[in-house]
Amino acid sequence: MSLLKYESQIREPLVDGDKDYHQVTEDICRPIEIKPGKLWFIGFGIAVCLLLFGVYSVYREVTYGTGQWNLNKTVGWGWDITNFVWWIGIGHAGTLISAILLLFRQGWRTGVNRAAEAMTIFAVICAAQFPLFHMGRVWLAFFVFPYPNTRGVLWPNFSSPLLWDVFAVSTYFTVSLLFWYTGLLPDLATVRDRARTKFRKMFYGLTSFGWTGSTKHWQRHESLSLVLAGISTPLVLSVHTIVSFDFATSVIPGWHTTIFPPYFVAGAIFSGFAMVQSLLIITRKVLHLEDYITVGHIEAMNKVIVLTGSIVGIAYLTELFISWYGQNPYENWAFFQNRANIFSPYGWAYYGMMFCNVVSPQLFWSRKLRRNIAFTFFMSVLINVGMWFERFVIIVTSIYRDYLPSSWSTYYSPSIWEIGFYLGTFGLFFTCFFLFAKYFPVIAIAEIKAILKTSGEDYKKKMTDTEKMDAEKFYIEEVEHAH
Amino acid sequence: MEVWRGFNMIKKFVVGCFDDEKVLFPAIKNVRRAGYKIHDVYTPFPMHGLDHAIGIRETSLHTAGFIFGITGTATALTGMGWIFTKDWPLNIGGKPHFPLPAFIPITFELTVLFASLGMVWTFCYLCQMMPGVKKHHFHPRATDDLFVLVIECSAKTNESEVAEFLQRNGAMEVNVQEAETGWWFGRYDKEQKLYRYEEVGY
Repeated sequence: MSLLKYESQIREPLVDGDKDYHQVTEDICRPIEIKPGKLWFIGFGIAVCLLLFGVYSVYREVTYGTGQWNLNKTVGWGWDITNFVWWIGIGHAGTLISAILLLFRQGWRTGVNRAAEAMTIFAVICAAQFPLFHMGRVWLAFFVFPYPNTRGVLWPNFSSPLLWDVFAVSTYFTVSLLFWYTGLLPDLATVRDRARTKFRKMFYGLTSFGWTGSTKHWQRHESLSLVLAGISTPLVLSVHTIVSFDFATSVIPGWHTTIFPPYFVAGAIFSGFAMVQSLLIITRKVLHLEDYITVGHIEAMNKVIVLTGSIVGIAYLTELFISWYGQNPYENWAFFQNRANIFSPYGWAYYGMMFCNVVSPQLFWSRKLRRNIAFTFFMSVLINVGMWFERFVIIVTSIYRDYLPSSWSTYYSPSIWEIGFYLGTFGLFFTCFFLFAKYFPVIAIAEIKAILKTSGEDYKKKMTDTEKMDAEKFYIEEVEHAH
Repeated sequence: MEVWRGFNMIKKFVVGCFDDEKVLFPAIKNVRRAGYKIHDVYTPFPMHGLDHAIGIRETSLHTAGFIFGITGTATALTGMGWIFTKDWPLNIGGKPHFPLPAFIPITFELTVLFASLGMVWTFCYLCQMMPGVKKHHFHPRATDDLFVLVIECSAKTNESEVAEFLQRNGAMEVNVQEAETGWWFGRYDKEQKLYRYEEVGY
């Protein structure tokens, strides 16, 4: 029985303040039920403007072709694929938090999982735009799916990593969406049962699927969550593994690296957690959810960041070492001339990446800095800049100088429409996130209630008192009676 | 008197609301000992052990997940195998027509996709949930902070006796309700009417 579960007093409470179940509902439903503030409208407005700029950039690309971008003879993958990998990486934190941390029984996931999962879904939507429009003729995008067709029954190549990517990303999106939405059902029912206006009653009535909170339904819901977590765990790891296959199975020096799968997965978790930090630090402040997303939560995520950041750092160094040790002249050139040489055209990107991803997160070994919110926010942005550089370095520095110097490309820098497309996905991401924060509970209400009496601050205090009393009682009854 | 709407029957229930799980569990034990039929307990969050306390069996939803999963595996392998060996054998760099290692990623993804889609569909089917479905809610705070224990009455049940019994066992609020047991299509912004009362007009 959950009510008898005991949690050590050494552990920090996961819910601050003196709360009961009703107070939890009130706190988390409040942002949905009141009119959004000025900040929300300003943020939403900026996001929509960015989105519109992105739509226009994409319109240019669709109408005039990929020539609108500054891709050239050797740099066929530039900002577009960099941004794809970057967004997909960010999309890894949500399912990691909800699936892997569920299996590891990490109680702190309850405060952040809902928003992180939502972020995952929006990030994957943003990521999918890039390969889609990179195809050029986007209206034929459905050709990537295998289906009986009239083109002489032309099937896609199932041995191609690019097709694996299609399956991986679409499966990941679907499963994340299902996981997120089934988790939302009970909370949407909570909002529905509190709804006063006609529209709310109808909207949350439709979206909550008629959830009642029946014991049998909860039992099935628990089983469903557990199995989905179980199968999402290898799924999360598989997605970025397969994205890394896009590069690793090729023969391009700099891409042809067996270390890529674990290195990409660690990098994805690293950047994903950084994005969760950026979003949640703002969300908790704006929606007044400091009691639920505590400094303890932020610290826990910073620990994941320092771990994955260090894994990424080791991967960078391993790559360098192997390219030296392997003595392949092309590999050597790719790593020591095109990347690690600070005077090469893209040397700045390599050292920017090294600084943001490897050096700076090491500051999180300090507990004081891990628990400093402003510093964490700054670091989370820095890390995502660094992770963008990582993908840029991997993609562009490996291909901008082909084997023959006569095929070396001119310096690749993006066109305004390439940048516009990237900014547009920011717009899409934040538009979705603002709408989510306005219309959906950003914290898993039911899950918070389930841990409230073991991990709530007030309950933990009471537990300490009970412990003391019990110890005294035990002493009187057992020890004194014995004498 | 039995009134039916489709598969739904209107029944009488005694509803007891508890605000503390420490009171709820002993109350359930006493209710079962007294021989009353527990229709269901509605809670705002999953309570471990409650399913055993009210005596419902383990769910076999995970078995459905497994079956859907291996369906996905089989679909992927047979599909890709048939396409590459029978329907349109392509020579890709002289590589085998059934390269199992190269098929693993898609096989894995389809296994996960089928398992999760299938399980969520089964979950919704078993719980009879989908957009537009409406069910009777015994207490609006069952999704907020109350644990709602619902006892089903038979023709012989003395409701006031059951109500008193629940009150003695710590229920903070007790009432008797007539309700349809199943689900119907309905909107939450419209008041629910029992079928019986709609019928009166005819």
